[in-house]
Amino acid sequence: MALSAEESGRLAALLGGHAERVTQRWTEIVAGSLRGRLSQAELRRQVQDLHSAIVATGEHGAIDLSAESAAELRAALSDLSRGRARQGFSATETAISVFALKDVLAGLVEEAGGDNALRDYIAFSRLIDEMGLFTFESFVRTRESLIADQAEQLLELSTPVVKLWEGVVAVPLVGTLDSARAQVVMERLLQTLVDTGSPYAIIDITGVPAVDTQVAQHILKTVVAARLMGADCIISGIRPQIAQTIVALGIEFGDIATKASLADALRHVLRLNGVETARRQPRRDV
Amino acid sequence: MERVPILKIGDILLVSIQLDMSDQTAVALQEDLAERIVATGCHGVIIDITALDIVDSFVGRMLSTIASISKVLDAETVVVGMRPAVAITLVELGLSLNGIRTALNVERGMELIAAARADELDYQLDDDPDAETATP
Repeated sequence: MALSAEESGRLAALLGGHAERVTQRWTEIVAGSLRGRLSQAELRRQVQDLHSAIVATGEHGAIDLSAESAAELRAALSDLSRGRARQGFSATETAISVFALKDVLAGLVEEAGGDNALRDYIAFSRLIDEMGLFTFESFVRTRESLIADQAEQLLELSTPVVKLWEGVVAVPLVGTLDSARAQVVMERLLQTLVDTGSPYAIIDITGVPAVDTQVAQHILKTVVAARLMGADCIISGIRPQIAQTIVALGIEFGDIATKASLADALRHVLRLNGVETARRQPRRDV
Repeated sequence: MERVPILKIGDILLVSIQLDMSDQTAVALQEDLAERIVATGCHGVIIDITALDIVDSFVGRMLSTIASISKVLDAETVVVGMRPAVAITLVELGLSLNGIRTALNVERGMELIAAARADELDYQLDDDPDAETATP
């Protein structure tokens, strides 16, 4: 796939000789596709970077995108696609930044003429295809790492363990509970129990949109594990629909205490601990 | 053969398991503990498994047996200090430590035994019909 040294030399000469025209035309084509979402100056800088990387690589000998000598070119390409991916451009818009060079080259090769103009153009465009594929791959890689980072952050965000009272911790679950999250919740809750020496834990499922048998299974496992360690779990925040679903599915919570709200659960725990909670009585003797 | 030390603290016997249990050590521990309960007249046994990385069905069965033996000798058994990873593994394996009470740490375990003991004493006093009539 790589260009021969001769072809590379011709490509470098062609691009280097008309540097100003090439970058000008190239920037115009790319700017048209991006519809003004990137400033002309910035675009021009990116195009110039790519241009000089290609020329520099071509002058040093055969251009082979996978070879050591093309490291600079690869860096320029992945810089470009990383930037595009982070700024939220689509894959097409990223690829066009590279493929626009074909249009520019077509004009130049036609002008230069010569016997092997057609063969040269085919070789050049093969190189550009390769560069485009490389760009696309780094674009996807950047996107994937972005998604993975966000998923991890979401996992961290959505499973806090808070201390409600001396010896009482609570886990407000928010969002759908899948196996991975359930595992994280379980580990973090149990670790907090050990760290704080709390004998009571409240699992609040107000923010869980749906409870199916699998979610119930995860919660039950957490409760049983906490019991094995010597702590008691109370499940709170069961909404009316969820209660109906639980009964309809035939899920048995056994002797695990379930409360409608977090406040009820806390009051229950405090009563077990012998703390008096005053309930406001309506005044009658006025 | 290595033996697991049994410490006496007040009315409680404390067993801290620090080594991997084999058949022999387990049997020796059961024998030693039964003897100590009878000799000291203690009413509580705390088994500390903080140092155990792995609790399999063998260790689980040993704990159950010790709890049963202690029960016969009128001593309450509490297993303390189970690690989160151990608890998760036990749940995943579907093993449950039937008839064993657990607590987070030794301190909580001692409170638990004291509370259980107090309940029992209350119950015995209430149960005695002469208790109230004798002291009017």
